Amino acid sequence: MNNNVAIELKNISKSFGGNMANKNVNLTVNRGEILSILGENGSGKTTLMNMISGIYFPDEGQIFINGEEVAIRSPKDAFKYGIGMIHQHFKLIDVFSATENIILGLNEKGRYNLKAAAMRVKEISDKYGFDIDPMKKIHEMSVSEKQTVEIIKVLYRGADILILDEPTAVLTPQETQKLFAIIRRMKEDGKSIIIITHKLHEVLSLSDKVAVLRKGEYVGTVETAKTNESELTEMMVGKKISLNIERSEPENCEHRLVVNGLNCVNREGKKILNDISFVARSGEILGIAGIAGSGQRELLEAIAGLQHINDGEILYNNPKTHSCDNLRDKTPLQIRDLGVRLSFVPEDRLGMGLVGNMDIVDNMMLRSYHKGKSLFLERKQPKDLALHIIEDLEVVTPNENTPVRRLSGGNIQKILVGREIASAPTVLMAAYPVRGLDIGASYTIYNLLNSQKKKGVAVIFVGEDLDVLIELCDRILVIGSGSITGVVDARNTTKEEIGLLMTKTVSNEGKESE
Amino acid sequence: MLAFLISAIRLGMTFLFGSTGETITEKSGHLNLGIPGVMCVGASCGCYAEYLYLSQMREMRITASPFLAILIPIVATLAGGALMGLIFSFLTVSLRANQNVTGLALTTFGIGVSDYMISETGPIYSKGSRYFTEPLPFADELGIVGEILFSHGVLIYLSIIIALLTSFVLNHTRIGLNLRSVGEDPAAADAAGINVSLYRYSATCIGSAIAGLSGLSFIMDYLNGNWEYCIDAIGWLCIALVIFTVWKPNLAIIGSILFGALYIVSSYITGISFAAKELFEMLPYVVTIIVLVFTSARDSKNSQPPKSLGLPYFREER
Repeated sequence: MNNNVAIELKNISKSFGGNMANKNVNLTVNRGEILSILGENGSGKTTLMNMISGIYFPDEGQIFINGEEVAIRSPKDAFKYGIGMIHQHFKLIDVFSATENIILGLNEKGRYNLKAAAMRVKEISDKYGFDIDPMKKIHEMSVSEKQTVEIIKVLYRGADILILDEPTAVLTPQETQKLFAIIRRMKEDGKSIIIITHKLHEVLSLSDKVAVLRKGEYVGTVETAKTNESELTEMMVGKKISLNIERSEPENCEHRLVVNGLNCVNREGKKILNDISFVARSGEILGIAGIAGSGQRELLEAIAGLQHINDGEILYNNPKTHSCDNLRDKTPLQIRDLGVRLSFVPEDRLGMGLVGNMDIVDNMMLRSYHKGKSLFLERKQPKDLALHIIEDLEVVTPNENTPVRRLSGGNIQKILVGREIASAPTVLMAAYPVRGLDIGASYTIYNLLNSQKKKGVAVIFVGEDLDVLIELCDRILVIGSGSITGVVDARNTTKEEIGLLMTKTVSNEGKESE
Repeated sequence: MLAFLISAIRLGMTFLFGSTGETITEKSGHLNLGIPGVMCVGASCGCYAEYLYLSQMREMRITASPFLAILIPIVATLAGGALMGLIFSFLTVSLRANQNVTGLALTTFGIGVSDYMISETGPIYSKGSRYFTEPLPFADELGIVGEILFSHGVLIYLSIIIALLTSFVLNHTRIGLNLRSVGEDPAAADAAGINVSLYRYSATCIGSAIAGLSGLSFIMDYLNGNWEYCIDAIGWLCIALVIFTVWKPNLAIIGSILFGALYIVSSYITGISFAAKELFEMLPYVVTIIVLVFTSARDSKNSQPPKSLGLPYFREER
C-alpha cells in the first residue's frame, strides 16, 4: 500500500430514514494533494464530509487514516486524527473574538491565556499569508474574514486534512483568488485538501483529482489534468447538457420600472441605499452584481414595499392600464397584485418566503389563501399548482405533502421561484435563485428566467457568480456600499471590470462593505 | 433609613443566588422557568434537613453545632436544587421536551413538593434560623459601616462570593468560554468538539443548586425561619434580575440590592394605601421591562441574551 495516503474511504454508506444519502463511496487523498468533490445538490457531498468530520457516523464502510482503520464518532475524534472541516455555513460565535473562536473547545495545557493564543494565531496567519486581526469580533467581520477564521481554526488544531465545503460560494473573484493562493500554499506544506464545489472552472484550476458523486452514488475519480468541463458535467448529471446559457435579444422593451433617487436608512440610522436610480425594462434581464450585503436585498425589498423608503420614487408603468403608479405609496399586497414579484433566497435558504415545517401545498397557499371565497381553505388549486411545479421543475420529493424543510436546498429554491413565476408576474425579482445550486438545477432556473424574459417580463436578477451574470443578463447594474457604481452592457464586459466596480466605493470609504 | 438599607441588602442577596444560578443555566442556552419551583424545593430540602438534624440533637440531648446546623441545610438545599436541574435537563436534553413547558411544570411541581415537605416537618427547623442570621464577630466594632457591611448572616457573603466566582469563570476560563459558546451557538460549539449535552446538563444542575440556596436564604435569613408561601414570587424576580443585569453576575450584585430595595420600599413609606403598596411591589418588573426596551433598541451585541436561549439542539436534525 502506498504510504503517502493521508485518508482513504472504503465502501462508505449512510442513509437517513429511507433516503440513501451515500452509497458505497470510495475515496483516496494523498498528502500534498487537492481533491475536488463534485456532485449535484442532494448527491451527498456534504453528508460524506460530515461523516469524515464526525458529525454523522457511517452506517457501513471503513475509514483509514495514514493506513490505519479509525472510527470517527464525534468532531473531537476528527481533530484527533488531524481532520479539520470548514463548513459552508460558518460555525462561529458572533459575540466572540477571532481568537476566542479559534481556541474554543481546546484542552491546551497551561493557563487560559488569550494573549498567547492570539500570538499563535498571528504566527499561523503570517505563515500562510492570511490577513486577520486576532482580537476582532466575528460580528464585525466580512464574510471572507469569517472564512479565514474558520481556516485558521482548523490549522491551529494541527489539522493535516482540510475539508472545505463550498468555500467560494460567498466570495468575490478577488477573494477567491486569494483563497486559492492560500490553499496552494497549504498543499505545498504537505496538507491534504478536500474541496467541495459546484464551479467547474474552480475544480479545473485548483485540484489534482476530482471525485464525482451522483445521487449518493460514487461515480469515479479522475485526474484533473486528463479531463475537461463537459466530461465532468456528464459524470455529474449522468447525461450531456449544454453549458451555454442561451441569450436572446431583448424584444419590445418598455420602461417597466423607473427608480429615481432612492434613499434608505436602516434601523441603526446607517445609510443602506444611497441615491439609487435605474430603469428596468420589460423583456430584458437586468443583473445586479455586488459584494454580499451592499444593499441588494434592501433595494429589492424597497421595490416590493417591505423596506421603508426615506427619499425617492419608484414608478411602475402598468402594461394593462398604461397608467403610471408610484410604488412608494402602496402596500406590499397592492404591489404584488400589480404583478411585481420578489423571490429572495437568503443565505440560510429558508428565511424568506417559505415556511419550513409546512408542506409544499400549504406553501403554495401562502400566496393565494386570501383569494378564497368560502369560509374554509381551498386546497384543490394549490395542490394542482404544487404538482405542476414538482413535475415541471423536476423537484425531488416523496410527495407534495412533504414539509419543505426536509427537501434539499436546490429543491426548496425551485419551489420558491416556481411559485412566484406561476403568478404570471410583470416584474420578477429573483435574488440569489441559484445560491448553492448545482449545475443541473441552476440551468433549470436560468431557463425559467429566460422564458419569463421572452414573455415580456422585466426580470431583475441578483447573482453571485459573475460568469453567470455576464452570460445571462442583458445589462448589469453594479452596486457597492449602497450606491450604484456602474451599469455595464453584459455583452461587452469582463469579470475584472465588474469586480473593480464592486469594490470601487468600498475602497474609497474604508471597509464598510458589511 | 439604615434599617431599610440593611433589609434591602439582606433581601437582595437572596435574589443574587437565584439570578446567579439562572445566569449559569441560561449561558448554556437553557431557559429554566422552573427556578421558582427549584427555589421552593431547595428551601424545603434545607428546612427538612435542619429539622432532622436539630430534632436528632435534641433527642440525644447534645447541643447542636452551629457549623453543622448551617452546613447540613446548605448541602441538602444544593442537592435538592441540583436534582430539580437534573429533571429539567433530562426532560429537555435527553427527552427533547420544550424548555418553557418543562420549566413551568417544574415550578408547579416544586411548589407542591415543598408545601408537602414543610407540612411534614415540625416548627423546630425555624430554630436553626439563628445560626444563619448570626453576624460576623467584628461587626459591632465598626459602627455604621460595620452594621451595613458585616452584620449579615453567612449566606449573604456566600452569595457574593459565588457571584464573583461565576463572573470570573464565565469570562476568564476555558470552561466559561466553552459554556458561553454552547449557549450562543450549540452547533458551532459541537463542531469545535465541545460536549453540548454535558455542558447543558452540568450548567443546569449547578445553576439550579445555587438557585436553591436562594430559597433557603429567603426563609432562614430574611424571614428568620418562618415559612411563607411566596418563594415562587421571589423566583420570578430572580429571572427578571438576570435580564435586568444583562446576564452578568457581577452586575447582579448591585442589581440585586436595587431589586431588594424596590421590593420592600413600600413597607418603609408610611401612609400609603394597600393598593399603592401592591403597585410598589411591581417596580422591579417595570425596571426590567425598561432595561429590556433599552438593550433591544440599542442593539448592542454585548448585552444580548445568549443567542440560542430556549432553543433545543440535536446534532442530526436537518
